[in-house]
Amino acid sequence: MVTEHDVQHIAELADVGINTEELGTFTHQFNAILDYFDTLDTVKGDGAARSDLFNVLREDVVEPSLSQDDVLKNAPWKEDGFIKAPRVM
Amino acid sequence: MAPRTITFEPSDPYNAFLTRCSRAAYGDGPLAGVAVAVKDNISTSGIETTCASKILKGYIPPYDAHVVGLLKSAGAAIAGKTNMDEFGMGTTTENSAFGPTLNPCDTSRVPGGSSGGSAAAVAAGMVRMALGSDTGGSIRCPAAFCGIVGLKPSYGRVSRYGLIAYSNSLEQIGPLGKTVSDVSTLMGVIAGHDRHDSTTYNRPYHHAPDADIKGLKVGIPEEYFGTGVDLGVAGVVRKAIGRLEELGAATFPCSIPSMEYALAAYYVTCTSEASSNLARFDGVRYGPATDWKKSWHDAYKDVRGAAFGMEVRRRIMLGTFALSSGYYGKYYAKAQVARENVRADFNRIFRDVDVIAGPTMPTIAFRLKEKSDPLSMYLADILTVPANLAGIPSISVPCGNSEGMPVGLQIMGRMFEDERVVDVAYAYEQAVN
Repeated sequence: MVTEHDVQHIAELADVGINTEELGTFTHQFNAILDYFDTLDTVKGDGAARSDLFNVLREDVVEPSLSQDDVLKNAPWKEDGFIKAPRVM
Repeated sequence: MAPRTITFEPSDPYNAFLTRCSRAAYGDGPLAGVAVAVKDNISTSGIETTCASKILKGYIPPYDAHVVGLLKSAGAAIAGKTNMDEFGMGTTTENSAFGPTLNPCDTSRVPGGSSGGSAAAVAAGMVRMALGSDTGGSIRCPAAFCGIVGLKPSYGRVSRYGLIAYSNSLEQIGPLGKTVSDVSTLMGVIAGHDRHDSTTYNRPYHHAPDADIKGLKVGIPEEYFGTGVDLGVAGVVRKAIGRLEELGAATFPCSIPSMEYALAAYYVTCTSEASSNLARFDGVRYGPATDWKKSWHDAYKDVRGAAFGMEVRRRIMLGTFALSSGYYGKYYAKAQVARENVRADFNRIFRDVDVIAGPTMPTIAFRLKEKSDPLSMYLADILTVPANLAGIPSISVPCGNSEGMPVGLQIMGRMFEDERVVDVAYAYEQAVN
């Protein structure tokens, strides 16, 4: 059973803003969905590692890429070829 | 020689398109002059790509997805970008920030989702073919609901480079069309290795559908005709399977016990991957501007709260929860074991049969706003998610009507045997048409 306090905490961790009216709805829906997820408690087995998977690696070689203009084209705030972001501290 | 162009009618009575190209250039190749619509989560250089989300409103990709480059090389004319559930999260296309798509067969009903715009555009004859993406049924569901053909390829056969990621380990781009031949032709264009997607295999698709299925062994899982599956739909599909028998196929009952928890495993996996993938939408590099004078968390929370719809925030939060310390073992880790069990069930069944057949969806298309509760919408994916969890190919082909609405026959095959599921669908289609 998750509470409104739990959902508020998750929303903060995930940086998704939810308002007070939505909080009750989300909490109610969360509990129904998590109840359904409890069926995973019945899963048996250890999920043995698959033998058909392998890593695909390559040399780290610099290649032509998008121009700086193209990369910045969709950024809403920019200055002198940099993207402006909110302050961290 | 002057470049050739097609012009497109601007009317869009079903809201199938988010961006409609008024004209498109085309070249030579297997799709010369063929109008192809592209789902709006597939990047198109110079054409707005929103994933049906306000958070990408105005985003113009600076590059083409690998599959879009292949379409252009094959001579196709890109007709526009199709409506979808926001970021692919939904089964109805009602979760679009830009209004729902209507089902051309009955406009009071949904076209299915999340590739609902692609399916509606094909069903309405606005384009001959379309690309969709399928994370848990998002190609097959709308194909079934709109009465057209849709293929979810084997995981790794089609490049995801330029597909805006929702759940990387599950999703594949795939073709939709009115006929199996069209779907097969489009698959031939998009399949193959791409060095920009390290999960692709060097398995191009060079195949002309073959309708001879004499001696084919078809598994019929009891779970696909059990609780929750509408009796009308089940009846239509059973009749279609009878048709396969008349064509020389033999059917065998089978069981997929892991279906009991496959849907839960699917939703834990896709929401977990979504919570990570969608962290990039912060209004800094693209999307609506954050207030950069605010602190980091406040700025992100504001822009994401305002621009993500309810379902997207719900799934991001569910995934964040499933991955959080204390719950990881109970949810994410268990879901991965469950996923292996689904794969093991399919491997076991495919030792005895060549393909597995059943309904694509447990019901006909829902009425608009019928699925207002998220869990009841999730449950509608029960018959399509197993193929995504296992990575195997699966096709939906129209097989009749129930209550006047189309029903899809789903054919699943062994890993990388996309050609075989196409052949079975083709055999059925040729026999009934």
